[in-house]
Amino acid sequence: MTTRDNAPAAIKLSARHLWKVYGPGADGFFDSTGPRLGAEQSLREMRAHGHMPAVIDVSFDVREGEIFVIMGLSGSGKSTVIRCLSRLVEPTHGEVKLDGEDLLGKSTAELIEIRRHKMGMVFQNFSLLPHLTVFENVAFPLKLQGLGLKDRRRRVEHVIALVGLEGRESSFPDELSGGQQQRVGIARSLAVEPDVWLLDEPFSALDPLIRRQMQDEFLRIQNTLKKSIVFITHDFLEALRIADRMAIMRDGRIVQIGTPRELLLNPADAYVAEFTCDVPRSRLLTAGDFAVAGPAQAASMATVAGETGFDRLVEQLARNPDGLQVNDRHGARLGIITAASMVQTLASFTPVSPHAS
Amino acid sequence: MPAGMLLVAFALVCVLLSARYPWLVRFPAAAELPVAAAFNMALSAFEARTESAFKLVSRLLTSPMSMVRTALQLTPWSMVVLGFVAMAWRAGGIGFAAFVGASLLYVLGIGLWEQTMNSLALVILSVPISIIIGFGIGYLAFASKRAERLTNPLLDILQTVPAFAYLLPLLLLFGFGPVVGLIASIVFAFPAMVRNTMLGLRNVPSDILEAGEMAGATGRQLFWQVRIPSARYQLLVGVNQTTMAALSMVIIASIIGGTNDIGWTVLSAMRKADFGSSILAGIVIALLAMILDRLTAGFATRAKTHRSQKDIPFRAFAALVAAGLMVMYGASTRFDQLAAWPADWIADPSESLNRGIEALVLFTRPVLDAVKTGMLFFVMLPLKIGLQKVVGPASWGFQPGIWHVVGYVALAVSAASFALLKGRDVAASAILLVAILFYVGLTGLPWPVMVAVVLALGYRLGGLRLVAISGFALGFLLLTGSWQKAMLSVYLGSLAVILSFAIGSALGVLASENETFSRLMRPVNDTMQTMPQFVLLIPVVMLFAIGDFTALIAIIFYAYVPAFRYAEAGLRQVDGRVVEAATSLGTTRLQRLVHVKLPLAIPNLMLGLNQTIVYGIGMLVIAALVGTSDLGQEVYIGLSAGNFGQGMVAGLGMAAIAMLADSFCKAWQRHYRTRIRNG
Repeated sequence: MTTRDNAPAAIKLSARHLWKVYGPGADGFFDSTGPRLGAEQSLREMRAHGHMPAVIDVSFDVREGEIFVIMGLSGSGKSTVIRCLSRLVEPTHGEVKLDGEDLLGKSTAELIEIRRHKMGMVFQNFSLLPHLTVFENVAFPLKLQGLGLKDRRRRVEHVIALVGLEGRESSFPDELSGGQQQRVGIARSLAVEPDVWLLDEPFSALDPLIRRQMQDEFLRIQNTLKKSIVFITHDFLEALRIADRMAIMRDGRIVQIGTPRELLLNPADAYVAEFTCDVPRSRLLTAGDFAVAGPAQAASMATVAGETGFDRLVEQLARNPDGLQVNDRHGARLGIITAASMVQTLASFTPVSPHAS
Repeated sequence: MPAGMLLVAFALVCVLLSARYPWLVRFPAAAELPVAAAFNMALSAFEARTESAFKLVSRLLTSPMSMVRTALQLTPWSMVVLGFVAMAWRAGGIGFAAFVGASLLYVLGIGLWEQTMNSLALVILSVPISIIIGFGIGYLAFASKRAERLTNPLLDILQTVPAFAYLLPLLLLFGFGPVVGLIASIVFAFPAMVRNTMLGLRNVPSDILEAGEMAGATGRQLFWQVRIPSARYQLLVGVNQTTMAALSMVIIASIIGGTNDIGWTVLSAMRKADFGSSILAGIVIALLAMILDRLTAGFATRAKTHRSQKDIPFRAFAALVAAGLMVMYGASTRFDQLAAWPADWIADPSESLNRGIEALVLFTRPVLDAVKTGMLFFVMLPLKIGLQKVVGPASWGFQPGIWHVVGYVALAVSAASFALLKGRDVAASAILLVAILFYVGLTGLPWPVMVAVVLALGYRLGGLRLVAISGFALGFLLLTGSWQKAMLSVYLGSLAVILSFAIGSALGVLASENETFSRLMRPVNDTMQTMPQFVLLIPVVMLFAIGDFTALIAIIFYAYVPAFRYAEAGLRQVDGRVVEAATSLGTTRLQRLVHVKLPLAIPNLMLGLNQTIVYGIGMLVIAALVGTSDLGQEVYIGLSAGNFGQGMVAGLGMAAIAMLADSFCKAWQRHYRTRIRNG
């Protein structure tokens, strides 16, 4: 992980105080400013009247070119959130802005235009049309727009090459493996060249080896395309692997938002900590994290850069039993690391299991 | 449990008093309501007001129908055969194409081409109309909650009223002629399409619809390009069911006669006891049913499996077929043999077939007659008119004296006491009631007893709601003067249902345990189900002549299938892990079946019973053709005499019995389930 100290990119998509309450007449609990009785009191009322609050006061921003992951277990409301962003589900209250424009106020026709040009979505169970070939499935959104056959062919060939499905164009979905089917799903969502890419548990239905392979593919594609991404998953490790920033949801609320590093190092509560406790923290730590104040006998010590990863660091330390000096990228001294200080730092980072307490 | 014994006492009193008060057995005619006459009056009033409208519809349908008929007649047979073979090849591969070719050559060869084409014309016309109507209604019911609430009960009614009963009002509204057959088959066939349309449109996975929405589909695009294609398989299943229903009704409708079609050919030959001809024509119907079934089912399956290298693309195929048809047409203008099948190519084996059948019947008669008389004297007649009338020197071989009656009573009482000792008080009263029933017979049983028993049972199983339903149904039967005939229907129907269920379930259990038997029975069951019902009558009548016993056998042939299928499916669906666990506990195969699989399959067996009842009662009306004397016969008489009221009352009476049986069955299932749950 590199430190991101360059100026933050512009906000692409933002959600503010998003609520989704299922049940007839759920609007009645809200006025234009929010829940009438305040959040907690309203929630009690809703549940008492048999309404089901699925998304509770959710706010976040997705920056341009960023992978924003929403991680939560089943029933946490994460799928509802992503559907609110595309208005597959109409939020009960709140605000969704795309490029600074209010998405919830758009008419049906405008919304269709946005979906045709600005948004692409990938689904957990691939959701391919079984009666269309791979080519026709990928071309489907383009055909709906009324694009001519020639343009369609050019764009479809491009995205099919991007996901590595050349040669399977005339196959039908049920002739493909799960991984291949999801490649079709990805190609379809990219065919319209969207700015915002929504992925709803895209790899959850795949077996672990394929899943890892698809994650790599996904990161490779994102490296060339630089979309603004909302990615839903229930897999914490998957989230760590691909997220620039991530949110953890529980019971309809966001519990914590941050970079994977922030979440691992400072879990907001016991719930988040429970996810993080199985993750070997050391993987995320760099030399900068281990640097402690020490005697300035710098000259005799070997130096390492602050962003040196854990494995390299251990290797270096083994070669220099006296310790290492850590410098940041401008050459300023951050501190020193000795074998003893490293063990101590590691111990301090080792998570206290919520069960052990 | 004093209620049960109270019923027994009431029954005894009624039976003893019925000798003095005959109105206890025969509902007083003075109390009957002139429902049939009212129906007739209402219909004529309705007819007078709307006559021109019906005439218009009739005329509107007549010309396209005669056009299709004429077209099929005029088209050279070679082109029709080629067209069907091509479709069959597309739908089911080369083997099926060969089967279709051979079948059609058979039809030509025995000289029934014209009649077959006439029946086919009705199907060809009624199927698209049924599909359009069914799809339209199904779509409305899918799109609007209110329409759905209206549609569901309508479908229930259309499916419980026996098919025969449809014919009556249609006959009177539209006049005689093939148009009635057409309309009847439309009315009979479209509900299947409605159900499948609703099911198909509704069951499209929501994520596929979401994918369509995210692709930027407008509402219309979403419906036509996402929802409809995704529902295609279910819709084609609907087409298949609709086609089969239409064919079955076209065949049934031919009993009103006047049309030179294949159903009429079978029926008139059967009436002349010319079984050879009726079998030859019956085979045509069976072939027609199989062809249409596998054709439409084949297209449905094609829509389900998508394969990239299937066969030649549709356009090339269509062009090929068109070219072939053109060539055929050219050839048939030159060679007359290809246009009209030459008369000297026709063979009529019915004579020799008749001789063969005669020999067979003579050969099997001793055995079959023994079975028949045994069944009649020891089961059917006692249930129908009671042991007191059946037992005699001619039937049971002795003249019953007072001691026989005493013995019978003693036997019943001791069986009941034994049950009572075991604490099964319901069983005890049931034994006594059954004993009384078999003594006087269903027709001799005082109606107040029947009413009391049904209401009491209804209350026990389903509470006041079921009592209300029963009261309504029984009241209808009593007040319309249908009671006696209805009891005959109950007698024949219940016996048929019990036997069908017992035989079907037993065979189904066997099939679930034995793979070979299961594979053997599958095509047999399919044939029994796709066959238009009255084809089944031919061999039965041939072997047993007409009468109640023949009707019973015919019903069993038709109604055992659902029991078989549900039993087999139910046993096969039993969780393999449970069976494994039982095996590891050291159970024998029989123990596993009896103690593990059967109890777990009971819900399925009950569904099978439900379906058996529906099928059995449906067939009961058809069986009227082989000389029963129940409500089904009334429907038939009303139909042939053009007496709407009489036929309608009898038809509704049958529907009432079917509904009652169905409600009791469902109530019993609920009762059983709650009993399981409460341990």
